[in-house]
Amino acid sequence: MLAAIAALLFALPLLGLLQRAGWSSLWEDLSTPAARDALRLSLECSLWSTALSVVLGVPLAWVLARGEFPGRALLRALVLLPMVLPPVVGGVALLYAFGRSNGLVGPWLYDTFGLQLTFSKTGVVLAETFVAMPFLVLTVEGGLRAIDGRYEDAASTLGAGRWTTFRRVTLRFLAPSLAAGAALAWARALGEFGATITFAGNIAGRTQTTPLAVYLLLETQPTAAVALSLVLLAVSVVVLVALRDRWFGIRR
Amino acid sequence: MSLDLAFTAHVGALDLRVDVTVGDEIVAILGPNGAGKTSLLRAIAGLGAIDTGRIAVDGTVLDDPAAGIFVAAADRPIGMVFQEYLLFPFLTARDNVAFPLRSRGINRRDARGQADEWLARVGLADQADAKPHELSGGQAQRVALARAIVADPRVLLLDEPLAALDAQARADIRRDLRRHLAGAAGARLVVTHDAVDASVLADRVVILEAGRIVQQGPMQDIALHPRSSYVADLVGLNLYRGTADDGAVRLEGGGIIVVADHDGRGDVYVSVHPRAVALHLDEPHGSARNHWPGTVVEVDELGDRVRVRIEGAVPIVAEVTRDAAHELALAPGHTVVASVKATEVTVYPA
Repeated sequence: MLAAIAALLFALPLLGLLQRAGWSSLWEDLSTPAARDALRLSLECSLWSTALSVVLGVPLAWVLARGEFPGRALLRALVLLPMVLPPVVGGVALLYAFGRSNGLVGPWLYDTFGLQLTFSKTGVVLAETFVAMPFLVLTVEGGLRAIDGRYEDAASTLGAGRWTTFRRVTLRFLAPSLAAGAALAWARALGEFGATITFAGNIAGRTQTTPLAVYLLLETQPTAAVALSLVLLAVSVVVLVALRDRWFGIRR
Repeated sequence: MSLDLAFTAHVGALDLRVDVTVGDEIVAILGPNGAGKTSLLRAIAGLGAIDTGRIAVDGTVLDDPAAGIFVAAADRPIGMVFQEYLLFPFLTARDNVAFPLRSRGINRRDARGQADEWLARVGLADQADAKPHELSGGQAQRVALARAIVADPRVLLLDEPLAALDAQARADIRRDLRRHLAGAAGARLVVTHDAVDASVLADRVVILEAGRIVQQGPMQDIALHPRSSYVADLVGLNLYRGTADDGAVRLEGGGIIVVADHDGRGDVYVSVHPRAVALHLDEPHGSARNHWPGTVVEVDELGDRVRVRIEGAVPIVAEVTRDAAHELALAPGHTVVASVKATEVTVYPA
């Protein structure tokens, strides 16, 4: 009985969204300049954020999985914090780190490189990376731990140095975890709301990503908001299906 | 060609101490599980650290902690065949064999060409495009061997190359492996826990027990004169240690064995082949000089023979025919008398 209530809790909102969808005007709703800008910006920023998560997150996962140093547990806690931290708090924290006038390193970044992160596309990417990268790090770290280290030993006896071994052996074994981690990070970045609006603001065409647009359009054009929501839902379903073997295959 | 090993290493609870030189020959490292065989290979390959001493190939030092020398695994002139072979599952047989060449900067085309040559040499030309999971155990082993040899190492290490195979395929594959090893050059070390593998594959056998080399030489010599109960068990001999004095050996565990050799003095090993042991229900009256009463503790049928383990003042294993075992109704708990002629007892200095 309680399980049924729980199941309904997940099913009802989904049904609610689907029954409000204006299927006939879907394409029109998504073609309005506001919707298109938001979708394009979301796609662009989330892909950059995913790329950044991979480039920075894989080395971090490596250090967490293979490194032996004091404070490793602390570092892992630090990395995982954004997964449980309310995103809006993350946004505020980012503001006081990278804000142009009142941040920890923001003024220096601006004075030295002319780089302003707040209220910019770069800021969106940074906010999204902040909340998305932990998913990649966690998945890749698990993947690294699951690799049979003897294959890397074998590679080194076959003349492969550390970099060659990483590139030709470790990375090949890691590929499924890396793909899953990247997909998760991308999905999380795409849906990011709290940190983005707090840190990067809500400027149409510059920092107004799809979730922000959904929130805004709900007042004025509910059908457009629902249409954009459906896009985000579809992406979530696709990611879920792509990762199904990873999550649902375990018990088989 | 010489591989000089003289080092100590701690690996977990194991204290490994070896001092041995391997020339242009095939040497088997034979020992029970946990003796340090794999740790020895890993140290040679550069996958495990040593504490003191050195490892050198043809005078070039690869490892010498005191001198601060450690050549990385990738830079050692050593090829290794791992237990379970560890072929890269995402590469074809050809690309597995080409891997060490590619690592050393040879372009893809030439590397694949050489890999194909080696696959042909081990009889797998038609499996070049197969992925490891499509290969049988014996085929995987040959790919692993080709992969370890292709870059022309001066030392070849094989860790239990036959352990992953089922018993049926083993004999044929063992013979093939012997042929391929004989055709390769340099120092070839084969780790195994199987005395048959060791005697078929190797010119010389080194027995490793609890991290120490306890005996080495050709397998026939070791089998004739085992110097530890492990080796005696391995070759199926009864082995005792005691003090010889004028035709009798007083055993460490109590009991006396009468021997034909009257010259031996002092500490000796005494070995008795199980086939030389006769069993009786009562004290026999005959020419055999040794009679030891005891209790049967184990009866193992091996084809038409039966191995009977007897506990008593002189514990001993006897091998009798199945008919004889049935006639005497041998079963655990029964009392029997074992007899051995003095001329069937081998004595050699400890």
